[in-house]
Amino acid sequence: MSQLPATADAPRRTASELRGFRELLVNLTLREVRGKYKRTVLGQGWSLLNPVAAMLIFTAVFGLLLRIKVPAGSPSGVDIFALWLVCGLLPWNFLTSAMTGGMGALVGNANLIKKVYFPREVLVAATVLSWDVSFAFELGVLAAALMIFGAFVLPWLPVAAVFVVLLTAFALGLGLALSVANVYFRDTTHFMNILLQIWFYATPVVYPMSYVTEAARKLDQKGFRPFGHHFPLEFIYRLNPMERFVNCFRATLYDNRWPALADSLYAAAAAAASLLIGYAVFRRYEGRLAEEL
Amino acid sequence: MSSESAVVVDDVSKRFRLYSERNQSLKAALMRHGRARYEEFWAVREVSLEIKQGATYGLVGENGSGKSTLLKCIAKILRPDRGTIRTTGKLAALLELGSGFHPELSGRENVFLNGSILGLSKRELTSRFDEIVGFAGLEQFIDQPVKNYSSGMYVRLGFSVAINVDPDVLLVDEVLAVGDAVFQRRCQEKFSEFRRAGKTVVVVSHAMETVRTMCDEVAWLEHGRLLRTGRPDEVVDAYVDEGREDREVSSEQAESRWGSGEVRLSAVQLIGPAGQPTTHVRTGDPVTIRLHYLARKRIAQPVFGLAMESLEGVYVWAHNTRDAQWVPDAIEGTGSVDLTIDRLMLQPGTFDLTASVVTYDTTHAYDFLRRCLRFDVDHGTPRESGGLVALGGRWGFSPPTVLVVAATETTDGTS
Ligand SMILES: Nc1ncnc2c1ncn2[C@@H]1O[C@H](COP(=O)(O)OP(=O)(O)OP(=O)(O)O)[C@@H](O)[C@H]1O
Ligand SMILES: [Mg+2]
Repeated sequence: MSQLPATADAPRRTASELRGFRELLVNLTLREVRGKYKRTVLGQGWSLLNPVAAMLIFTAVFGLLLRIKVPAGSPSGVDIFALWLVCGLLPWNFLTSAMTGGMGALVGNANLIKKVYFPREVLVAATVLSWDVSFAFELGVLAAALMIFGAFVLPWLPVAAVFVVLLTAFALGLGLALSVANVYFRDTTHFMNILLQIWFYATPVVYPMSYVTEAARKLDQKGFRPFGHHFPLEFIYRLNPMERFVNCFRATLYDNRWPALADSLYAAAAAAASLLIGYAVFRRYEGRLAEEL
Repeated sequence: MSSESAVVVDDVSKRFRLYSERNQSLKAALMRHGRARYEEFWAVREVSLEIKQGATYGLVGENGSGKSTLLKCIAKILRPDRGTIRTTGKLAALLELGSGFHPELSGRENVFLNGSILGLSKRELTSRFDEIVGFAGLEQFIDQPVKNYSSGMYVRLGFSVAINVDPDVLLVDEVLAVGDAVFQRRCQEKFSEFRRAGKTVVVVSHAMETVRTMCDEVAWLEHGRLLRTGRPDEVVDAYVDEGREDREVSSEQAESRWGSGEVRLSAVQLIGPAGQPTTHVRTGDPVTIRLHYLARKRIAQPVFGLAMESLEGVYVWAHNTRDAQWVPDAIEGTGSVDLTIDRLMLQPGTFDLTASVVTYDTTHAYDFLRRCLRFDVDHGTPRESGGLVALGGRWGFSPPTVLVVAATETTDGTS
């Protein structure tokens, strides 16, 4: 059988370990999914209730009160604020749920980590994947609604699925890094809650990108030129990977067209970078997990 | 490092951090420019040992000596800071059971979940499912959520899953003591089965008799260091010897004391084979019990007496100078009397001595010290199986001649 050295360095994963990994991942994901809504009256229905509530609130505040103008879907022709909103809201909700869920996965399974050996990253991955199940469910309902209101979204679902995979990788990378941070600093959650609120309003979920372009133009007109340069508000704004992800989801679902190549590439690069860095951080600090928990 | 060793621990050290202020907050860290201050503590230090395939290996040592830490390092739950550990074959650890259970899920779902954490595939789990549930004896409850299980049921299911993983190396930390009597016996049988199948078992236990009978080799840890390894009887004896708390050698603190006080017993001592007062002797040792007295005035014909009880309160033995027909005419001032015992024929255990000095007619006590000296007896020679006393008996076949003669006689008688 295999000789597994356990040393101060992170041990290599062996082939048999990796084989068991997949099985375990599936089982843990199922555990999360089943545990999430079990013994609640609405069951999986809860997964819909939250986005529906958010949709109603945001539509009331931003659509009706603040009268935010959003472009009609082209070529789909759909022109409904609520649907436009949800096309960005669902990816955003997935990111926050998967990331915060992944962040708590190690602390939440402390007794397991302290008693059994298995690849610990599975815990984070399973939590993220369990939110994928909810995400897929929500996207299915959204697709049905879009069809009812005239968008022929069906052929675009596979494209959206690619972005679901990329967004999952993005969330997983963040979740991995944050999950170990959360073990060492238990108030990471509080910091993340604040950060997520800022991040939410820095992403064009409840308003379109055109409002930012407009704001940048007005700033320029007012002569706001720090260091004698044109202030690159749009450029800074577009550094946010979630802006690209939201664009891609809106393009495929709401507009029914190919997302911009730059957006797609940026999203893919962000996903890869997040996953690589997140996993590196995780492996670096996982050695003392069992004793720090 | 021979190829047939199941576990090779090579110069392993494990360090823990002891935080002076356990303030795990990012806010505090940012304000302090760094993480919480801590001291380092080496729980396991430079331990090297080799466990042969098919051996049952015991780890003993006092609380906090690093046994569980070492076991967790072997199980890869903790990562050693120095040194390497090599294990051959599939490993399963029974550290604390059922911890992988999700309270809302049913027993069935949890078996599959826990099993896959321990490395079983779905197919293997399906084929072993009935065996797992049967061993735990939970057929009726398997579809109930485990949060409705009693704690014993919880443990049974966890144990059953772990043991059915069919590991090559099984690490067991103090779990032999869980479950009811029936289940414990089943566990013991399972362990014997394991050993017969040539699997390696590493046990941590404080049950010295279990270690002595079960293990092939024992390692003794103290303050994280490996003190010695070797045959279980030798190591366990040495460990038990060392671990005896040093009782007060001559006790003034009797459980209760009464008497008129004309003679007082100033000290009661047990003198061991080395000629020194001790509280710790072995079966078969020559010992002396010494009673020191102080007589304020001349006392005629005092009677000194001793009695012994086991820790459980069983009255084991008593003897006094009058029954031994050794009565001094009179005593005055200080002095001591000895009771010399050539061979202390007591089985291992803890005993209490009661000492007294009374009048010749035994109706009046000058001094009476109830349970004034506690001492321990360890395995010595003869080594017999159990009970309070050692009789020094020898086993052998009955002489055949006697049987033949008896048989002939009967035949003669009837014919
Ligand atoms: N996570 C931890 N953080 C800090 N110190 C720890 C941690 N785990 C164990 N220790 C310390 O390491 C030492 C060894 O502990 P360990 O659990 O290995 O002892 P043990 O030999 O198993 O004792 P027992 O017989 O009581 O089970 C103890 O002093 C304990 O306080
Ligand atoms: Mg222990």
